[in-house]
Amino acid sequence: MIKSDQKLSPDIFGDIKKAPTRDGFGHGLVEAAKADERIVAVCADLVESTRVEWFKKEFPTRFIEMGVAEQNLATVGSGLANYGKIPFITSYATFSPGRNNEQIRTTIALNNVPVKIIGSHAGLSVGPDGATHQALEDIGLMRMLPHMTVIVPADAEEARKATLAIAKTDGPSYLRLGRSGTPSFTTPETPFEIGKANVIWESENPQVALIACGYMVYNALLAAKELQEAGIGSIVVDNHTIKPMDEKTITSVAQKCGAVVTCEEHQVAGGMGSAVAEVLARTNPVPMEFIGVHDQFGQSGEPEELFAHYKMDVKSIVEAGKRVIGRK
Amino acid sequence: MALTDDVIKELELKANDIRISLIDMLEDAGSGHTAGPLGMADIFTLFYFHILNHDPKDPAWAERDRLILSNGHITPIRYATMAHAGYFPLEELKTLRKFGSRLQGHPERERLPGLENTSGPLGSGLSQAAGMAYGARMDGKKFRTYCFMSDGEQQAGNVWEGAMFAGNNKLSNLTAVIDRNNIQIDGMTENVMPVEPLADKWRAFNWHVIEVDGHNMRAVDDAVNEAKAIFEKPTLIIAHTIPGKGIKEIEFDYTWHGKPPTKEEETKFLKELRTLKGKIEASHND
Ligand SMILES: Cc1ncc(C[n+]2csc(CCOP(=O)(O)OP(=O)(O)O)c2C)c(N)n1
Ligand SMILES: [Mg+2]
Repeated sequence: MIKSDQKLSPDIFGDIKKAPTRDGFGHGLVEAAKADERIVAVCADLVESTRVEWFKKEFPTRFIEMGVAEQNLATVGSGLANYGKIPFITSYATFSPGRNNEQIRTTIALNNVPVKIIGSHAGLSVGPDGATHQALEDIGLMRMLPHMTVIVPADAEEARKATLAIAKTDGPSYLRLGRSGTPSFTTPETPFEIGKANVIWESENPQVALIACGYMVYNALLAAKELQEAGIGSIVVDNHTIKPMDEKTITSVAQKCGAVVTCEEHQVAGGMGSAVAEVLARTNPVPMEFIGVHDQFGQSGEPEELFAHYKMDVKSIVEAGKRVIGRK
Repeated sequence: MALTDDVIKELELKANDIRISLIDMLEDAGSGHTAGPLGMADIFTLFYFHILNHDPKDPAWAERDRLILSNGHITPIRYATMAHAGYFPLEELKTLRKFGSRLQGHPERERLPGLENTSGPLGSGLSQAAGMAYGARMDGKKFRTYCFMSDGEQQAGNVWEGAMFAGNNKLSNLTAVIDRNNIQIDGMTENVMPVEPLADKWRAFNWHVIEVDGHNMRAVDDAVNEAKAIFEKPTLIIAHTIPGKGIKEIEFDYTWHGKPPTKEEETKFLKELRTLKGKIEASHND
């Protein structure tokens, strides 16, 4: 059952509109920059596809072009932040925080300066560009860094709110965005707080918790609906903040259900699911299944084809739910 | 094979056929890059049909020349040229960027025999080529290593780390070619992040530098031969090219960096390329 306190879209299981999370970021950045003139945007030759174009139009003098130079993007960003600006550094996730990982580690995280790392085109949903462009390691890379906040929004509206939220924190942050449209199931009234997971679906007598982030949250919702139709109750968590993780909510849904399936567009080794397992191993161990990419690279194809191939579609989540309940 | 006028005519006609395949496959794919690949069609044709010592039927031949593509997004032109050279059937070009295809959106070495390296993320090809050339020299191998790069890529630090390494080690068995088409995603290179003076930069890194018109087959071939005669340095050929070359509507327009033609555009562009055949024939008949 959809949780009414979440104020989700009334079209949630109907004819729902889609928008990419990068759009929500683009709008959020303009909004944040109007409120705080320390905000600047830096980009590495991807102005249109990261949607930083909208900021550039509004604030041309606060926009900095790097060219194809992601290591410089991170380190110049570090300098800007150290001086007193709040730089949003933007590229594709494979290049930033991929290519420039050590620069981020030392000059942003260890330096502890408020650089906001925006990694777009993450996950398999990049589609036809193929494996080189489908970041499947970035959540892991970023959540291993002390000081770093890591957020994976589920739809464009949540990405907008996340952008506004990270603009206000003092430390470094990583915001993971997607290229393809995701169903816009949250609304401006849906609550969003860094470090506070959203329970968006809860059946009576839930037997499995589906904990998801990003593109996979909506798939998890559809899976919850299918499970319900098969007489199996569940809880769905939009676990947008990977770090700091909402241990309280994660532990409580695991307690209630006694079984967990995590769903993410990432390698299962080291991603959001691993982070959930690290929490539950300590607080409340339960059987778990991990939906994600299992030690393989991505490839060219349409997002839906890839989700089916890598067993990340709704059907696979339903099956994983049944499987994990059987292991209780 | 001497590069006679007749041979050049055949190569130019071949390049035109390859451009036709390219437009066809990009429209089928529904995504991908158009301007860069069209601009490099002449050079790819010249390399695969005249310069490279290779065997399409034996892509793993140990003594083959190595061609490293650093700017992986222009891989459609490599795929099209390889298909025309006999590496795989022309029909397979239709699978570009589709699920299950060997022709991935960006090239992957392990999927398609004949691709020497995986690329897409810019800036890392030259160092890989330098590593190959260095290893080959250690073993006294005679083959040559070529690396194709783009101009936007010159903004990436890794390129200069590779340039310094190759210059320092006098890797004369390595020849790099820059597609100097003056465009990248956010606009003209000199507006986004100037790379000039490009030749001086490379000379300062101890490279032998030659600048040519990248659509003049003889000039490019001469430059490659000159590189073979230079024993103390690696050689860089700055190939001045026209992005979108062959299709007036695309030429010089950076907005064609990363989009494919629509169905209507495809029809129009293919017609334009077919009329070019007659012009190529005529230009060699007087
Ligand atoms: C490391 C890295 N950063 C960013 C990109 C995204 N990207 C793909 S092509 C490109 C433009 C580079 O310019 P150039 O290669 O000269 O483009 P072309 O002439 O083919 O239009 C960029 C920034 C990338 N592929 N790799
Ligand atoms: Mg270019």
